[in-house]
Amino acid sequence: MTQLIILIPIALFLGGLGLIAFLWSLKHGQYDDMEGAAARILNDDEDDELLS
Amino acid sequence: MACCGGLDLAEKIADDVSKEGSFARRTSDILAASHQPDNGLIQTDFLVPAMHCHSCISTLEKGLSRLPFVSRVRANLSTRRVSISWDLGIGTEGDGPSLTRAAKLEDAFADLGFEAKLFDLGDDERSDPVGRQLLTALGVAGFAAANIMLLSISVWSGADAETAQLFHLISGVIAVPAVAYAGQPFFRAAIAALRKRRLNMEVPISLAIVLALGMSLFEAITGGTESYFDAAVTLLFFLLVGRTLDHHMRERARGAIARLQNMAPRGANVLQGDGRVAYTPLREIKVGDRVRVAAGERIPLDATIVDGNSDMDFSLVTGENEPVHAYAGKALQAGVMNLTGPLEIEVTKLVENSFIAEVVELMSHASQGKAKYRRLADRLAEIYAPAVHTIALITFIGWLIYSGDWQSSLYIAITTLIITCPCALGLAVPIVHVVASGKMFEAGVLVKDGAAFEKLNEIDTIVFDKTGTLTLGRPQILDQNTPALDDKSLSLVASLAQRSSHPAAIALAAHLQHSFETHAKLDNIHEVPGFGIEAVSAGQKIRLGRTKWVAEIAGQSSNDKSQKSVSSVMSFAVEGQKLARFFYKDTLRDDAVSVINALRAKGFDLQILSGDHASVVDDVAAGLGIETAISDCTPQQKIAHIEALGTSGKKVLFVGDGINDAPALAAAHAAMAPSSGSDIGQLAADLVFTGKGLGAITTALDISRRTDRLVRQNFALALAYNAVAIPLAMAGFVTPLLAAVAMSTSSILVVANSLRLTLNAPKFSMKSIRKIHFRKPAQTEAKA
Repeated sequence: MTQLIILIPIALFLGGLGLIAFLWSLKHGQYDDMEGAAARILNDDEDDELLS
Repeated sequence: MACCGGLDLAEKIADDVSKEGSFARRTSDILAASHQPDNGLIQTDFLVPAMHCHSCISTLEKGLSRLPFVSRVRANLSTRRVSISWDLGIGTEGDGPSLTRAAKLEDAFADLGFEAKLFDLGDDERSDPVGRQLLTALGVAGFAAANIMLLSISVWSGADAETAQLFHLISGVIAVPAVAYAGQPFFRAAIAALRKRRLNMEVPISLAIVLALGMSLFEAITGGTESYFDAAVTLLFFLLVGRTLDHHMRERARGAIARLQNMAPRGANVLQGDGRVAYTPLREIKVGDRVRVAAGERIPLDATIVDGNSDMDFSLVTGENEPVHAYAGKALQAGVMNLTGPLEIEVTKLVENSFIAEVVELMSHASQGKAKYRRLADRLAEIYAPAVHTIALITFIGWLIYSGDWQSSLYIAITTLIITCPCALGLAVPIVHVVASGKMFEAGVLVKDGAAFEKLNEIDTIVFDKTGTLTLGRPQILDQNTPALDDKSLSLVASLAQRSSHPAAIALAAHLQHSFETHAKLDNIHEVPGFGIEAVSAGQKIRLGRTKWVAEIAGQSSNDKSQKSVSSVMSFAVEGQKLARFFYKDTLRDDAVSVINALRAKGFDLQILSGDHASVVDDVAAGLGIETAISDCTPQQKIAHIEALGTSGKKVLFVGDGINDAPALAAAHAAMAPSSGSDIGQLAADLVFTGKGLGAITTALDISRRTDRLVRQNFALALAYNAVAIPLAMAGFVTPLLAAVAMSTSSILVVANSLRLTLNAPKFSMKSIRKIHFRKPAQTEAKA
């Protein structure tokens, strides 16, 4: 029983952390453009061109 | 102020610089559609339908960022929108910065090779609060479901009674607030339905969740074992997934279609008493006001020409192909395109009585006359909900009579309600529709509403508009008829054609500019509306336009015989030399013949319904092998025909693009419109297709056929689950563990079955990455 008193709050806290992270990313528009995010990975930054 | 400062600002600026009429109007439209966040910058959104890959994003963002006054550009590939934050530059000295800046934004898109349409949304629509609310609810439900399931698994795996009760209490503490928050979308819909004394799918859902929660709470407090927190919250989570997906599908389509600003101008340049011109919103324009319309603009309101003459393009209004030469006294409808000359017109009707308003009126009549389509899911809900409630009641009464213990009888009745809760039914339709609309989107078809799939699948007759639907709606030069001119002359033709805004000249320029120099030195260029364009090259007069007019300067006329099936001719001559002719035709879309043949092979009844003249329509019909072709239709006649087909029991798909097609689109069982057509047509249609081909029609029919099959399969799966679960529940064999497992399994089964739709077409192929997207600057009407 004593372990549970510690473990359950930890589980809830970690889950809560995940929930907060999700709500944060939602609020900051991380899900606004799912396809664009996948496509942008293929674009080179302008800085890279300067280096090469 | 967060927004809507746009319009005042727009009017002020337009007033200041009213001398540049058309310019001011374009600018004012941009400003009116923009909004002003608090940072002092202007935010303007453009819809760029052609944006579809990573290099498009990079081209647009880098290209637009190069404009010195632009501070931030963000392209959104999912919504095909580009959002630009820029500095208006009011207060800066120089040559009217704000005006040139707004116009430069539009030009920048054209320079980069993209067609951009101004996109205007209110603040609410911009941020999509409903979607966010659903996602937040989904997050909360997911969090609660995971934690409660964790506790439940411990209980099922054999916790002692004391621990079990503690776990039940903790589950309750998590579940109650989570359901109270995340369950709102369902509770609201259920209450709304009950107020109207109707039953929908949300009523049994809400009832099951609330009862499960109440019973479990009672049990947890009194130390009982029947706890359904896990089932209730998991159920809510799955249902929210379905709801969220459904919302996003609609949002995507609505966002892409809603309020495209290319068609209807928001205001017009009204001539004031002192001879100045002021940009005035349409609503404030009175009958009798004089309005200036520059070449390349659409007529804002029904009006009569007072001064000037020009070629007018009626194709969106009447379906007529050929531009008409109009002069003082000619009546024009709103939406007609002014091609070549500036006009002064006198307004004859207020905006609420204009031609477009009439069409809207016809449209709403047509859609009222049509029985409102009820989705399969709704029809099912009306049988399902009362059936479930009756079964629960019978179970309760049955057990009460048999055992006499009202409490255990009530428990069993509630378990029956929980286990029959239409979780899989709630997911069965939205998830298939979302997957299907994703496939449609890839194929270039926007689906406005899931019901479109069901309606499309019932179609047996397809009626097409001609101009702009079967044909491209623009004259195309016929290759084989390019006259034998030397390269120097053809270069002259190309240079001259490029200066004109007549569609025939634009087509000619586009045809020639690949192979010929277009920078020939031309002086004294002027366009003569109704005749053509004239210039001086190396001391000699040259003309491009109507044969009769060009022949006036030509030394000898050409011997070419005009051909049948050619819709128009344009001639060219250098003073004193031989006249040359170019032949045009409003050609069929590239794949029209193959698509029509494919549709005929599938057994659809095909018809053409056009506002154009009989000779042209018959020619097209003959070319496609379509027997029923009706020409010279007014919008009223189009509706009448569609309705007549409807009452004779046919399920009609109407494909059309013009303003004149809009009422018929609304009246038809299902309707499709190309994105190149009028806004109002797209509003009336169930599906909008982008791209140049008609292949979208066969694709859409094919996808909706498979969609419908999957929906029915999913319903069958969900009902089969119930057929097993209901007797078990009524017999009192269902435990919380069984309920949680059975309900989750049925949901997952339905989702997995829906995803089969994507199986035979990989979404992401190497080919699509390798393709390099290089486009020439568009030669469109926007050029003028």
